[in-house]
Amino acid sequence: MFDFLEDYDLLGAFWTTVQLTLLSAVGSLIWGTLLAAMRVSPVPLMRGFGTAYVNIVRNIPLTVIILFASLGLSQTLSINLGADDFDSINFRLAVLGLIVYTAAFVCEALRSGINTVPVGQAEAARAIGLSFGQVLTLVVLPQAFRSSVTPLANVLIALTKNTTVAAAIGVAEAALLMKEMIENEAQLLLISAIIAVGFVILTLPTGLILGWVGKKVAVKR
Amino acid sequence: MSSVLYDAQGPRAKRRNVLLTVVFLVLVALLLWWVIGILWDKGQLDWAKWEMFFTGSEAWTTYILPGLWSTLKAAALSVIIALPLGAVFGIARLSDHAWVRVPAGVVVEFFRSIPVLVLMIFGLALFAEYTSVSSDDRPLYAVVTGLVLYNASVLAEIVRAGILTLPKGQSEAAMAIGLRKGQVMRLVLLPQAVTAMLPAIVSQLVVIVKDTALGGAVLTYSELLSSANTMSGFYGANTIASYTVIAVIYIALNFALTSFASWLERRLRQGKKSTGAVLTADDNQPNAGAVAA
Repeated sequence: MFDFLEDYDLLGAFWTTVQLTLLSAVGSLIWGTLLAAMRVSPVPLMRGFGTAYVNIVRNIPLTVIILFASLGLSQTLSINLGADDFDSINFRLAVLGLIVYTAAFVCEALRSGINTVPVGQAEAARAIGLSFGQVLTLVVLPQAFRSSVTPLANVLIALTKNTTVAAAIGVAEAALLMKEMIENEAQLLLISAIIAVGFVILTLPTGLILGWVGKKVAVKR
Repeated sequence: MSSVLYDAQGPRAKRRNVLLTVVFLVLVALLLWWVIGILWDKGQLDWAKWEMFFTGSEAWTTYILPGLWSTLKAAALSVIIALPLGAVFGIARLSDHAWVRVPAGVVVEFFRSIPVLVLMIFGLALFAEYTSVSSDDRPLYAVVTGLVLYNASVLAEIVRAGILTLPKGQSEAAMAIGLRKGQVMRLVLLPQAVTAMLPAIVSQLVVIVKDTALGGAVLTYSELLSSANTMSGFYGANTIASYTVIAVIYIALNFALTSFASWLERRLRQGKKSTGAVLTADDNQPNAGAVAA
């Protein structure tokens, strides 16, 4: 019953999914943090840029962004991100698309964390004579990061599931393998169950562990 | 302005802000210059690439509007089917009986942790193998199936959270005047919870609209994205212009929905009639649905 699996690289496909997830997670965390810093900065122009970026990117389907990366950037403008062969070009473009998209949600998660800190906390810190840097590093940011854990965990889980969109530009990850297996084998339910369980294994522990951590570190108000 | 991060600004900080504004402006201008330079070199800014969207209506009537209609059709069908299903599962998760609560919880958690695309691919093969749905209709059926399975479980969580946000006194008072469990839910809790949930449900609509694009890219469902691909081919690999136009349409549509959701939320918060409990997209926390593709 499971014989046909020997013809397919199931672990390899899920490994690609994991790679897509991790690379995009790191990239979108960096870019999202920068965006969040802009969105809460005292400079109106930066705030405007951050707000515009989030509102635009959040409202475009990820599928459109990733297909545009392949058809628009690579095929029309020959921007290949330094890769030569078809597979690695598409992999890198998929990571780029995921970063561009996910960063908007990382930014919102971080901002929601900052918003949970009452203004009185900063005012009290200033009143006892702490400097700007001390207020930020000793009082505001520690509380903000602790409240950001749960929303960031949700973004990570959504990102893991969103990596399947890379199948649209032919990156050999789990959803593309599922499509290929279903087309070639008459084992629809079994194949679907295997892929589904794979994703449950990837997302459920992340959710449980980070959810527990998030609850534990969150500031009770 | 003063916020939790910084105090009201004095003269020095104001000067520094002006400097930062100028530096940032220069950086953005350089980036724009670079992007426009690349597009110009490749001839993507020629009027010939853009004129079909402004002169004549062929591009709109042949490609864009039918595509948009299919997108809206799939999204509307999905939300209409998913809402009652989600309500049933959300209420089942709050049941007093473990044999109802636990299976409902397992189903909801299972479908929430699987990507929509996997559910859609499964749906497509399912309809091909076990039903007599014609191959023209199959992509629509598959897209709606995938969206319903996923969003019903997300909506179930919204319903559950909506009922849980209501003050405990509501159900206690209802039981005190002798209502049965079903009556408490139907007459007291649900009507209030639905109002509280409305903003979150509208926000979920944005996710559904965005997810229909998956059907166009992978399942050959001819919605807005796939009609843009056809259109781009028809006008000679006009990818940049076509994608810009459909991106603007998606942004306008979803921005309108998002604005509607926050308007609803503001209105509900101000309303004196309800208990004042409002559930936003951010509140239904394990969701991450708002982040989905």
